[in-house]
Amino acid sequence: MAEEVARELRASFKAGRTRPAEWRAAQLRALVRMIEEKEADISAALHADLAKPTMESYLHEISLAKAACKFALKGMNSWVKPEKVPAAITTFPSSAQIVSEPLGVVLIISAWNYPFLLSIDPVIGAIAAGNAVVLKPSEIAPATSSLFAKLLPEYVDNSCIKVVEGGVPETTDLLEQKWDKIFYTGNGTVGRIVMAAAAKHLTPVALELGGKCPVIVDSDVDLHVAVKRIAVGKWGCNNGQACIAPDYIITTKSFAPQLVDSLKRVLERFYGQDPLQSEDLSRIVNSKHFQRLTNLIEDKKVADKIVYGGQADEKQLKIAPTVLLDVPLDSELMTEEIFGPILPILTVEKIEESIDFVNSKTKPLAAYLFTKNKKLQDNFVSNVPAGGMLVNDVALHLANPHLPFGGVGDSGMGSYHGKFSFDCFSHKKAVLIRGFGGEATARYPPYTQEKQKILRGLINGSFIALILALLGFPREKR
Amino acid sequence: MGSDGEERAPEFGSMVGELREVYESGRTRDMEWRRSQLRGLVRLLEEKEEDIFDALREDLGKPRGEAFRDEVGVLVKSVKDKLQNLGKWAAPEKVETPLVAFPASAFVVPEPLGVVLIFSCWNLPIGLALEPLSGALAAGNAVVVKPSELAPSTAAFLAANIPKYLDSKVVKVVEGGPEAGETLMEHRWDKVLFTGSGRVGRIIMTKAAKHLTPVALELGSKCPCIVDWLDSQRDSQVAVNRIIGAKWSTCAGQACIAIDYILVEEEFAPILIELLKSTLKTFFAKPGHMARVLNERQFQRLGALLDDPRVASSVVHGGYFDPKTLSIEPTILLNPPLDSDIMTEEIFGPLLPIITVKKIEDSIRFLKSKPKPLAIYAFTTNEKLKRRIIEETSSGSVTFNDAIVQYGLDSIPFGGVGHSGFGQYHGKYSFEMFSHKKAVLKRSFLIEFMFRYPPWDDGKLGMLRHVFRFDYVNLFLALLGLRR
Repeated sequence: MAEEVARELRASFKAGRTRPAEWRAAQLRALVRMIEEKEADISAALHADLAKPTMESYLHEISLAKAACKFALKGMNSWVKPEKVPAAITTFPSSAQIVSEPLGVVLIISAWNYPFLLSIDPVIGAIAAGNAVVLKPSEIAPATSSLFAKLLPEYVDNSCIKVVEGGVPETTDLLEQKWDKIFYTGNGTVGRIVMAAAAKHLTPVALELGGKCPVIVDSDVDLHVAVKRIAVGKWGCNNGQACIAPDYIITTKSFAPQLVDSLKRVLERFYGQDPLQSEDLSRIVNSKHFQRLTNLIEDKKVADKIVYGGQADEKQLKIAPTVLLDVPLDSELMTEEIFGPILPILTVEKIEESIDFVNSKTKPLAAYLFTKNKKLQDNFVSNVPAGGMLVNDVALHLANPHLPFGGVGDSGMGSYHGKFSFDCFSHKKAVLIRGFGGEATARYPPYTQEKQKILRGLINGSFIALILALLGFPREKR
Repeated sequence: MGSDGEERAPEFGSMVGELREVYESGRTRDMEWRRSQLRGLVRLLEEKEEDIFDALREDLGKPRGEAFRDEVGVLVKSVKDKLQNLGKWAAPEKVETPLVAFPASAFVVPEPLGVVLIFSCWNLPIGLALEPLSGALAAGNAVVVKPSELAPSTAAFLAANIPKYLDSKVVKVVEGGPEAGETLMEHRWDKVLFTGSGRVGRIIMTKAAKHLTPVALELGSKCPCIVDWLDSQRDSQVAVNRIIGAKWSTCAGQACIAIDYILVEEEFAPILIELLKSTLKTFFAKPGHMARVLNERQFQRLGALLDDPRVASSVVHGGYFDPKTLSIEPTILLNPPLDSDIMTEEIFGPLLPIITVKKIEDSIRFLKSKPKPLAIYAFTTNEKLKRRIIEETSSGSVTFNDAIVQYGLDSIPFGGVGHSGFGQYHGKYSFEMFSHKKAVLKRSFLIEFMFRYPPWDDGKLGMLRHVFRFDYVNLFLALLGLRR
């Protein structure tokens, strides 16, 4: 089945259907229409898959997807234009440009936690760049997956953009085909499998993976605002099941009590006294993850460190926002990516120590710092490697289409959003145009001392050498 | 297995550990340090130029002219260029922020990837090691260079001299064969650049996948050269000069961007062949002006390409192989069968097949049926043909009316696509290849939008719709209206 799909898309691409700007714009406009006309269905699917609150569906998936489409529609005409670049004296006279061309037929494998956005977003980039696309939505979000399978053919050109549903066997089948690029969002284990499969065909990959996103909280902050932002970035993002959600907090021993206090108050305001009943919290995606998360807090090492929350409802697959203080560093909570509504707080003596701690772990997709102290901010930006980072807020950077979004190290490779999505699925072809003038015999054998001198000058960009070369020096002996 | 039955850690473990430690210490981040390394590279190339020429002559019989043009000269210019632009490249770049995030500022900050590994290749053993090395150092990384053992004099030269001119705690040279390369790949790197064949490229990428190490692969391909009717005698001569320069004058055709084969209209072919023959006589009148074939194995491989009698009978010039000196005359073939090895495999040697087509435009269809090459060359004054080539074919790069020279142009990226690889370098792209562009967004605590937070209600949803439409006026009014 995967082979057929690949073959059909290759034929469509070869026939040139995806190249014209009008085709690309038409697809993107169709996607905008789809999002506008089917907003209710999309919200319903997200609710079925994740009990995602309508507000979050709108805020984090629907509106961002639409904004991405519109941004691409607006920018596309300039993105597809060749970029003129300077040519050198060495090749005078000549002109050079960089031409963006589509890679060809690309495979996009999406994730379950933002199943709508993480599918549409890369697809937009692939289409804008002129590729044919296969989208493989996550089977762990089945309602959204079937929604794509049903809706996309109604709106976009089905001969060039296809949806393939399924689980491990279907994905494996897809990974055996030859693609011109594979874009994968998910975890590191599968990321390795994707990259190894791609290696067989020398296919370049972009991997958007996870990690433990740290939040350093200094005492020199507007505490109430900071805590609200942290809370909405954690529990307001799919109840912590987001690759850029805060994973853990580091603060000073002296500030921790105030922080915990403020957190408790904000959480109660957001989700009430009985969070399991709040409509504003997503549920855990499935029982496997529910078990994984409840095991994390029931672990004897950490169970007595819970300072807030801890409630769980297996029937509804809901876990309440849970905060822990000073968990041991070797607990699973501190070694695995949490991806859920559990937030450990670690303490240090001096806030600067938090930077060393963050750097002792693998590079995260996002790192956050709350402080007004400029020196600490500079230290953080210069010395903490991460996919992206925010000072005094959480998660927002992914909404800025002018910033590249992607990981580094264990959190992934490649980036997208805005023009970076277009670039992700393009090949930047260098084009050098020369004429027949400017012939420098110094280039050719038989090599002599004189020729070498001129060549040296030419390569070093010497104008005099250029003149000499153009005038035909050295003169060949007859 | 060790005597106590425990699994032995892969070799090079302590070297990699040391490099990580030095990198973590922050030494390579310092801009002055980076500049000192680049200056060290320039000094190495300028002071040891003669030694480099000697090593290249030993390994490849490469004439001084070529060695300077393709390896030393272009490299010195490129490194000096990096010295000049480093400050600009390493500086944070401010980017736009949508007003709704106000007050906020957004930047993209380049940071080094960490500890990187560069595999060089035997045919341009200095250039393919030191150009990426200069990029990796400019970007602030610690580096291991693994030169090809097939160019042993150059490998030994690098091993002896890099520690003298560069910071030996941060830049290491590892000599050895494929086993050394495989063992190095057992470790986790922050990036690997591999130049070589697709076969080994696959192995490298598969090993890299285990550690999620990002890779760049600069692979081989059959670089075609389309030769259109050239009206003036002068233009034809210039074209032939450049074609010869890009085949036999570039390591005897053993270069990833050398012209592999030519596509020409049937009627023009004889003219082209005559001109090639006479110019070859002038350029290579005396021996010693063409590099030799690397070794016995490559020599046999190239010889085997002519085993097929259909191929052998298509030879129209040259064809003499001297096993004693491992030299092969410049050889031209006319229309060898398209399914023969010489037309399906990368030649990487001094044999030039010429394939004729009825109309020159047919060459575009021909190219589209083949794997994407590293470079496409075309000699033509026909603007329409140029445009069609750019738009309808795909390749790492396209060069019109010349060949190879694109390698030395720092303002354009150098790299392949499809089977010719992925990842680009040269100039600022070398810096970027070994950097991570980190997105940074800074906000202040002023100005809070209440509708960001739960508990959610329709009023908040309404406001957010305004925000996402960047409908500031209505947002403002709504804020006034709904302010309690």
